[in-house]
Parts: sequence; C-alpha cells; structure tokens
Amino acid sequence: MSDGEGTLVENIVRFARLLRAAGIPVGPGRAIEAVRAVGAAGVASKSDLYWSLHATLVNRRDQREVFDQAFRMFWRDPKLLERAMSTLLPPSPVGDDKGEVEEPLRRVAEAFNTVDRAPRPVEQQEDEERFDAAMTFSERELLQKKDFEQMSADEIARAQHAMARLVSPFPMRRTRRHRPDKRGRRLDHRATIRAMLRSGGDMATLAFKAPRVEEPPLVVLLDISGSMERYARMLLHFLHLLATDRARLQVFLFGTRLTNVTRAMRQKDVDKALSRIAELVEDWSGGTRIGACLREFNWRWSRRSLARSPTVLLVTDGLDREAGDGLAVEAERLAKSCGRLVWLNPLLRYDRFEPKSLGIRAILPFVDEFRPVHNLDSLEALVEALGEAPRIRGRYVWRGMAA
Amino acid sequence: MELPKTVEATLDLLAAKNYVADRSLATALLLSLKLGRPLFLEGEPGTGKTEIAKVLAASLGRKLIRLQCYEGLDAAAAVYEWNYPRQMMEIRLAEAGGDSKTTLESEIFSERFLIRRPLLEALAPDPAGPPVLLIDELDRADEPFEAYLLEVLSDWQVTIPELGTVKAPAPPLTIVTSNRTREIHDALKRRCFYAWVDFPDAARELQIVRSKCPGVGEKLSRQVVGFVQKLRGEELFKQPGVAETLDWTNALVALDRIALDPATIDDTLGALLKYQDDIARIRGTTAMKLLQSVEETAA
Repeated sequence: MSDGEGTLVENIVRFARLLRAAGIPVGPGRAIEAVRAVGAAGVASKSDLYWSLHATLVNRRDQREVFDQAFRMFWRDPKLLERAMSTLLPPSPVGDDKGEVEEPLRRVAEAFNTVDRAPRPVEQQEDEERFDAAMTFSERELLQKKDFEQMSADEIARAQHAMARLVSPFPMRRTRRHRPDKRGRRLDHRATIRAMLRSGGDMATLAFKAPRVEEPPLVVLLDISGSMERYARMLLHFLHLLATDRARLQVFLFGTRLTNVTRAMRQKDVDKALSRIAELVEDWSGGTRIGACLREFNWRWSRRSLARSPTVLLVTDGLDREAGDGLAVEAERLAKSCGRLVWLNPLLRYDRFEPKSLGIRAILPFVDEFRPVHNLDSLEALVEALGEAPRIRGRYVWRGMAA
Repeated sequence: MELPKTVEATLDLLAAKNYVADRSLATALLLSLKLGRPLFLEGEPGTGKTEIAKVLAASLGRKLIRLQCYEGLDAAAAVYEWNYPRQMMEIRLAEAGGDSKTTLESEIFSERFLIRRPLLEALAPDPAGPPVLLIDELDRADEPFEAYLLEVLSDWQVTIPELGTVKAPAPPLTIVTSNRTREIHDALKRRCFYAWVDFPDAARELQIVRSKCPGVGEKLSRQVVGFVQKLRGEELFKQPGVAETLDWTNALVALDRIALDPATIDDTLGALLKYQDDIARIRGTTAMKLLQSVEETAA
C-alpha cells in the first residue's frame, strides 16, 4: 500500500509544480495541504480527486481554466511522469495536430514541457537551475534596458509580461478615513469602550487607529501621434495592467484630438480593451496638436478628473505640429489643477537631449518631474516615483534652463 | 402640507417659495416624491440644486436634514456615534456603585448614549411627515461612503450592531446633489431619479432675479440677465451660475446703480467670474461689446 500511496503523493507534488509552471502560485505549503486533502477525502473517483485538488490549489476564479486543463492532461495518464522518467523523452501531452492552440492551453503545454524534464539526480538538477537562472537574469537585464522601439515581437511580448510584475506592489497614499491599528497615533474611542466593557471597566486597554491607505488616483494623457506610436502601444498595455489593478485611473489619448478611453480600459481582457480603444480613437499615428488637446482636456475634463489632486502623467515627446502655440497657457493651467504633473518623454533616452523644440520649451517650466519612458527600467523607476508623496510645488528645472 | 400630485402642482409648490423651476426638473421631483426614491441632481455649481431641498422642506412644512459631504466622511460622522465621555463616566460610576456587568452592558449601548447624525436622524419617525434629507455634494465624499449609501437609500434602514436595525416608517424625501467633480457610481444613480440642472434661459433667469431681488428696477434686471446670458456664450473656464447672477444684482443695488455701464461692469466683474484668466479676458473691450449687444437686443 505504501508504495502506491507514495506514487500518488509524488504525483500530487508534481501536479502542483506543473500548476506553478503554468502560472498559478502554488507553494510547497499548498502542495502539502493538497496531499493531506486528498488523503482525507480519499480518491474513490476522479471527480473527488479533482475537487480536493481544486479546493486546495486554486484560490481565484480565473485560475480555474488553467487548473482544469492541467488536470485533464496530467491525470489522464498518471503514469506519464514515470514513463517520461524512464525514457527521458517526454511524450508530448498535447497533440501537435491542432495548429492554433488557445492561450491558456499553450500556457499549460509549456508548463508540461518544462516540468516533465525533471527526472534528474538532485545535485545535477540544482546545477542546471542555477545556470538557468543566470541565463534568464542576464536576458532580463538586456530586456530591461532595451528601447521599446527596437524590440522584436517576442521581446515585446516578454516585456509586457515583465510589466505585470511592476504593477502589483503599487504604493499607497493615506486618506482621511481610519482603520484600527495597534501602532496608530489616534485613540479609537469606539474600540476602547468596547474593550473596557469586557472587563466591566476595571482595565482600560487603549485601542488606536491609523489613517487608511488607498491607491493614489492617476490621470494619464497619452500621445498617440506617429512619432510616439511604438511607445504608445507599450504604454497602453502597461496602463491596462494598471486599470485592472486599480479603480482610480483615467486615461485620455491625444493626437490631433482628445479621446477619453477610461471605460474601454476597464475591459478585463487586454486584447478586447485595446481593440475597443482602437475603435474609439480616430487619430492614431497622425500629427500632434498638444496645445489644442490640453486645452480640450482643461476645459471639458479637468474639473471632473482632477478633483482629488491626482498625479497626472503627460506622455508625449513634445514634438508639436503647431510649434507650441498656446501650449504654455494650457500646461500652466493643467499643472495648477492637479496634484503633480509628471512628464514622460521617450526622447530623454538620448544622452545629449536638449529641450530645443518650441513645444518642449513651452511645457517644461510647469512640470514637477521630467522622466524618460522608453524601456522597462524607466517604467520601473516611474512606478517607484508614483508611490512617493507628491512634492509640494517643487517645479522641475532642466539643467541649463534655470538661468 | 400634502405632496403635490401633478407637475403643475409641483411647479406651484416651488414657486410659492420663490423657486422658479423648469418643467423637466419639476417632473423629476414629482416622480421622486410619488415613488419614494431619491432625486439625484447634477449640474454646474450655482444653479440652485441645494436650494430645491430647502424650498421643498419649507413649503411642505417638513424638517430639513442636511448632510454636507467631504473627503473622509465616514459612518461615525454621517450616521451615528456613541457618546464616549458619557459612556466612560457611566462605567466609572458603575464601578463605584458595584453594578453587575450585564446591566452595564445593556445600559451603555442604549439610546441614551447614542448621538444621531443626519442619516439616522432622517430615518426617525416625525409627526410632520418624513423629513427632507439633503445629501449635498456627494462627489466630494469618497467611494466607500458612496457604497455605504447604497443600502441606506434603497432600504431606508441602518444597522447599529449594539441596538439592532433602525428602519424608517416612510422614506425621507431625499435630494442628492453633485457638482460633477467626479462621476458618481452607476449603482447609486440607478437607485435615484436623475435630473441635470442647467443654466436657466433668459426668461426664467429674469423671473428668478425678479422674485429673489425684489428691489431691483426693471431695466437693470433685464440688463443683468441679458449680460449674464451673453457672458455664458463666451469661452470661459467657469461660467457664472444663477447664484452669481443674484450676487451681482445685489452688488449693483448696493452700489445704487440703476443701469449697467462699462466702468461698473469692470469694477464688479469679480462677483460674476471666479477665475483671474476669465476676468482678464472679459474686462474692458469684451465687456463693452457684450453690453452693446445686450442694449441692441433690448431696443
């Protein structure tokens, strides 16, 4: 009996690793739990096994599909791995007959291919993993520094994947509402009284509260004119990740005209969201009228969008078709109505960049920060910067322009 | 007083207290009164959204309960709070008197120590009939509070863990206003009747000026309204609302003017326009041109 059980346990652990490779965060702790759960529920039928594993290894609704497919493929032949072990030639779990495989399936299949090649003595495996990690590290390093404009399709895909990593640990800001906190500074009367009652008033244990934190609101004005095209697409992808992560993000696109795409951004699926945005926007890759578009924003949207003094990201190279006409006035108004105005300019990637164009010279005096945005490194720096408390009216001064 | 039954009756009701409403607004108000659902009023600042609630309360003889929203508004400030100092004292007294814990527990969270805030107040029965509840500038409160309102506005009840659920015998006449500094969530709008309060047209604005500033001469009031109406056609960052028109009229009366002239306009423009850019744009030639065209139309 112990022999059979051992195989089952091993299989469950392998299955957990497979899920991890397919993108479901399954740690060793949960794998142990799964083994326990299966032991407790018994494996009278396949569906019992399915639901025991499901209960322990899945914790979000959107993981269900991946789990389901992985389960069907893995447990169709539980001996799969043992056989793979003996032959060192893993049988392909999914037939190559279908040319186009749907997305989650591909993820699972990829996971299969990585996990299945596990049957190695322990030390050797560790070596391999270390080597592997080094590889990915240097690769990632390269990717981090690479200009969006020079990326291949595959690199873009990987960069987009890497962006997801940037989004989640988004820093918060304090609000004026409170939550209980032992190390808070303010006395929580309600909780204190309740605590006193419990002891009939004999002892007063003071309860404290601290300000609640929330995601800072963010408004993005993104230039989608011809010169910005490649960056705009990358940033849209990045913004979509932000949009699904946080409620308070508003996105406006501009070229020759301004379009509010906030609602389209909320669509969960990135491809659907982007195609809906493409429908809304009529001026992809055209010219830029920054002044007119900022004016449109200031007049039609600013009071509705900038109520909580959000951070405004102005993403443009500042190359204006109208040579900065009327731009300074609108930039000043924008800067005055928001909490912080951050200008992201891909042109800053050039070391010898000088603010020479009229458009750039018009906006520059009013921005709080001026940052490059052309590769993953700069996006990462941006995310970090967004989390800091907004500087109070400390305007950015371009070196050499202060005089 | 009875609730109005028709749109005309609603208009009359408001007119009785010098509120000149247009038909669409009166219809929305009538529906909300009849069906017991909140009325959600959105529009530029200074178009008389808050005023409706005041007028409604005054003409129906109901109590007006106002909840002014602000960032950080929470249940303790909007619904109820316990009177902590008194509770604390009670506990000390009980300690000295040697009362048992159970009586203390039942005593300490009783009505005696409850501080009612506007929302809870609005749910309490009133012999004069359900009060008018004004939730003013909801767009200033943050989303968590908006979500809290969802329950109150649809079920008209509030749960106090220590006391139980307080339910209104009849829904209060609720007016929610927003200046649209941010969008209010659809879920809340769905529970309300919606009305957009726009700037009035010339005839209605003239009526408003006449009823609100009775001491103003006919010529001046016509000029004022004509000028403000023309001004709203200009490209302004913030257009003047009805409240600004009334302010301006009163300012002119205080200065003993009986007619507009360019110099007076330049001096008093600050009563109408609240942005320096706007004032700089209008002052001088533009103001003079506007005044000229007002006089031409009047002639």
